[in-house]
Amino acid sequence: MTELRELPYLQETPFTADHCLKCNICTQACPVVPVTDLFPGPKTVGPQAQRFRDPDLPSPDHSVDYCSGCGICTLVCPHGVRVMEINTQAKAQLAAAKGFSLRNWVLGHNAWWGVLGTPFAPLLNWLFRFKPFRWMAEKTLGISARAAFPTWAGYTFRGWWRRRQKRGAVPAEESRPVVVYYHGCSTNSYEPRIGKLAVQILEHNGFRVVVPPQACCGLPLQSNGLFAEARQFARKNTQSLADYARRGVPIVGTSGSCIMALKGDYEHVLGLHDADTKALARGIYDISEFLWNLHRQGKLKTDFRPVSAFPPEVRALIGDSIVPYHAPCQLKAHGMGRPALDLLDLIPELRAVEMDAECCGIAGTYGYKAEKRQIAEDVGAPLFRRIRESGAQLAVCDTETCRWHIAQMSGAHVLHPVELLAHAYGITPDSPAVSV
Amino acid sequence: MQAATSLNCDVLVIGGGATGAGVLLDLAQRGLRVVLAEQNDIATGTSGRYHGLLHSGGRYAVRDPESARECIEENAIVRRIAPHTLEDTGGWFAAFPPDDPEYIPHWLAGCKAVGIPTESVTLAQALKEEPHLNPKAYAIYRVPDAACDSFELVHTLTEAAAAFGGITLNYHRVCSIEKAGGKVIGALLENRRNGAQVRVHAGAVVNAAGPWAGEIAKMAGADIHMTHDRGIMVAMNVRWVNTIINRLATPGDGDILVPVGTVCVIGTTSVVIDRPDDLDIPAEEVTQMLDAAEVMIPDFRKARALRAWAGVRPLYDPPQKREGEAEGGVGEDGRFITRSFRALSHADVGAAGMLSIVGGKLTTYRQMAEKIADEVCQYLGVRAVCRTAETALPKPSWFSGNSRRLHSMTHRLHQLEHAPTHNNLICECEIVTRDQLEAAIKASPEGVSLDDLRRDLRLGMGPCQAGFCGYRAAGVLGETANLPPAESIAALATFIQERFRGNRPLLWGHQLRQALLDEMIYRRALGVPSLQPEAHATSD
Ligand SMILES: Cc1cc2nc3c(=O)[nH]c(=O)nc-3n(C[C@H](O)[C@H](O)[C@H](O)COP(=O)(O)OP(=O)(O)OC[C@H]3O[C@@H](n4cnc5c(N)ncnc54)[C@H](O)[C@@H]3O)c2cc1C
Ligand code: SF4
Ligand code: SF4
Ligand code: SF4
Repeated sequence: MTELRELPYLQETPFTADHCLKCNICTQACPVVPVTDLFPGPKTVGPQAQRFRDPDLPSPDHSVDYCSGCGICTLVCPHGVRVMEINTQAKAQLAAAKGFSLRNWVLGHNAWWGVLGTPFAPLLNWLFRFKPFRWMAEKTLGISARAAFPTWAGYTFRGWWRRRQKRGAVPAEESRPVVVYYHGCSTNSYEPRIGKLAVQILEHNGFRVVVPPQACCGLPLQSNGLFAEARQFARKNTQSLADYARRGVPIVGTSGSCIMALKGDYEHVLGLHDADTKALARGIYDISEFLWNLHRQGKLKTDFRPVSAFPPEVRALIGDSIVPYHAPCQLKAHGMGRPALDLLDLIPELRAVEMDAECCGIAGTYGYKAEKRQIAEDVGAPLFRRIRESGAQLAVCDTETCRWHIAQMSGAHVLHPVELLAHAYGITPDSPAVSV
Repeated sequence: MQAATSLNCDVLVIGGGATGAGVLLDLAQRGLRVVLAEQNDIATGTSGRYHGLLHSGGRYAVRDPESARECIEENAIVRRIAPHTLEDTGGWFAAFPPDDPEYIPHWLAGCKAVGIPTESVTLAQALKEEPHLNPKAYAIYRVPDAACDSFELVHTLTEAAAAFGGITLNYHRVCSIEKAGGKVIGALLENRRNGAQVRVHAGAVVNAAGPWAGEIAKMAGADIHMTHDRGIMVAMNVRWVNTIINRLATPGDGDILVPVGTVCVIGTTSVVIDRPDDLDIPAEEVTQMLDAAEVMIPDFRKARALRAWAGVRPLYDPPQKREGEAEGGVGEDGRFITRSFRALSHADVGAAGMLSIVGGKLTTYRQMAEKIADEVCQYLGVRAVCRTAETALPKPSWFSGNSRRLHSMTHRLHQLEHAPTHNNLICECEIVTRDQLEAAIKASPEGVSLDDLRRDLRLGMGPCQAGFCGYRAAGVLGETANLPPAESIAALATFIQERFRGNRPLLWGHQLRQALLDEMIYRRALGVPSLQPEAHATSD
């Protein structure tokens, strides 16, 4: 008999609405609810509204669009309702019904702009800091003039990687265990230094790193309702990476949100339930998660230098202060604890302290939208205040847009955990290949 | 007690179900002065406790062709005159193993004979439309079933009748029928809100009391042999199907699945009971329903069961069977009795002018009303024709009947989105706002119970079963109707108890967790007094 369904409905996201007990725990935890009247909260727009959505009709509740997609609701729900995923699917249906939005299309395709903009980095970097241009972008496109834009590095991580391979500077002994590095598009175009450090930290720990072809994780497309394209990106990634996962080769990435897209969203938001997607989801790790697992097996190198041996400019930033650490919502969703914090604890003289604040507010492209900008700033206000009050000039956070947003709003320098680990290992972005 | 008020009319109709409301409208539209008396709120008898199906007639095509023909005729009419009460889901008859394939040709012939259109559906197409359907279905036919909201229908009927001067007295119980000179002259009613008596002088009396028709007849000295046939239904929180699914087999238990609004309902059983108000829900019948549903939808019971309820079919078991009527009479199963209806006169017991309308289906309410109204007119010597089949019923302002789904599921979400604030949401599960509640409370200056508001607005019918809206609604009721606190609390206690009754047979899995949370809220946090456990569900 023909089985047309890919998966029993019981495992699909909309079905989880059935588990809701109305307890309001998600409403209590949602960072958007307390700062705006425009958003009625996760329970209302999620499991509750879901009962009234007709699969054949666009949902009439535009307020669901104010969900930032941070995922805290799904994390806290004690009954397994995938609230954020329900909301994201409803937002996509809304977007489809509304028709094309140039703004959302532009924000959704950041992966293209990253690569296309690279040769024009100086010009673009100037332009994106030029107030009248940003004012225009807000008026015409609805992209907030206040949001922090990244700077183009002027070269790509992949370019660097190719040149490095040509130079033969890649440790490639057959005896080394292999890991795949998933860089994501932000590391590729805006922050290649993070990729360079990650690769070298892995190599320092005895791995042979490979960087197969890959696409943007698709998260920006997904959160802007462009599911069809997001699925294309997802398929590219699963086609290229699933095979490694199946062979037991770990895939390691440096962006907490991208990794979460591969770990969970492909299946639960985009509805991809094929074997490749599942294999990839099981075989991909956040870099801190991966390194901390190594440590627990006694395999992580711990030749860390104390902060007093860090380069002077970093030492000056740290001073006598604690180093505030913010775990982005998307990273909390991994359900893996705080491996970055655990790793930072291994560095002598470093006092990394988690800022007990829910969300920085940016939530990917959410805080770039003019009508949501104020919400994004208000949501993060407690976090920014705590960083400011701590007196710290250097903070740590695992995902890119959060880092840029926190830096802009708190005035601190915000680094990726691998940047501090690299200082401790004595690795610089352009260190010659380290051999074991 | 003194008869405080008296009323004069041409016809008194007893019973505010679909049948009585249909009679009220029919006669009022013919220009008669009509009063309807209902002991509770309207649509709280069988009409408010039914399965929700506007039958195509397919179910009766083989064994009960007369009823089948009535159903298909009325189906077309109700679609025309009351589209806002329907969700045009369409229906399927589907055969699954172990259903007997031999039944199919009989069924097709039966449908053809009475004019029920059938269209064969391939399995691939069926699974595309209804992905949860058991893929072992081996024959599927499409028929024009629809889901019908009986609260909406009965309310619309009484409203339409009011426009012709028809009066509805809810919470008025008929206590006795008055006769003089071999005919009925009226009845004595009790206003159950304040205990006052109302004497109605009427030229004729229509007994449309559904399962209570025997009791009413007895008041006039007549004996109608009614069979009380109880059926239970279970509503699941997941709308497993968007099409009504009937088993393509000899009618049995748990063989129809009806998507209604946000839920879908499996039903029903058929157990002959003694009293029309025995609404027990035996646990084994619940299990039986879920087992039966899983023949059609394999994962059925894995969704959350929201509530179970029972209704009593008002079946008429005539002393002499008509031709073609099933032999064998009543066993412990009421399925052998025709679903067709009869109009009975009681002139033989000195109660001329009292006419009873018994049997039938909700689907055929209009034809039943037409038939009895014809007899009433004949008795009263009035010449007036029935126009209910051609006259569209008044539609609510929100209704724009151009979608395939006549009544659309997203309607309430749309209302909420356009409400002035999000904060006045009282019942979150069913989306009932404070404004809606206040308007409904103010519309009944005689006073309303929370259960009345539930029927009007679906208050407390969602997954939390009033856990979160009960106390809020009691507060709004108290404030709006200026009740002393003790009365608000009593109203709440009654409401919670009633909700719990529908929940009690379903306490497993998620609904058990929900019940415990609700219990914490009401008993532990709010200290709502527990009512005495009822020995038996009674009508008051
Ligand atoms: C389980 C079940 C499922 C069903 N499913 C369907 C279905 O899917 N489709 C369908 O078409 N039909 C269905 N039916 C049949 C249908 O519901 C009934 O035939 C129909 O609702 C009967 O309506 P009624 O108005 O005759 O009776 P009721 O709705 O019972 O109305 C009679 C009214 O009389 C009132 N009354 C009684 N005594 C007095 C008194 N002394 N004074 C004043 N008022 C009084 C009662 O309170 C009651 O409200 C189902 C029935 C049952 C039991
Ligand atoms: S979604 Fe989960 S957390 Fe939110 S109200 Fe429902 S059960 Fe509670
Ligand atoms: S995803 Fe975040 S913003 Fe959206 S409802 Fe959940 S907690 Fe609130
Ligand atoms: S989440 Fe990562 S891969 Fe996805 S768009 Fe952002 S940087 Fe690129």
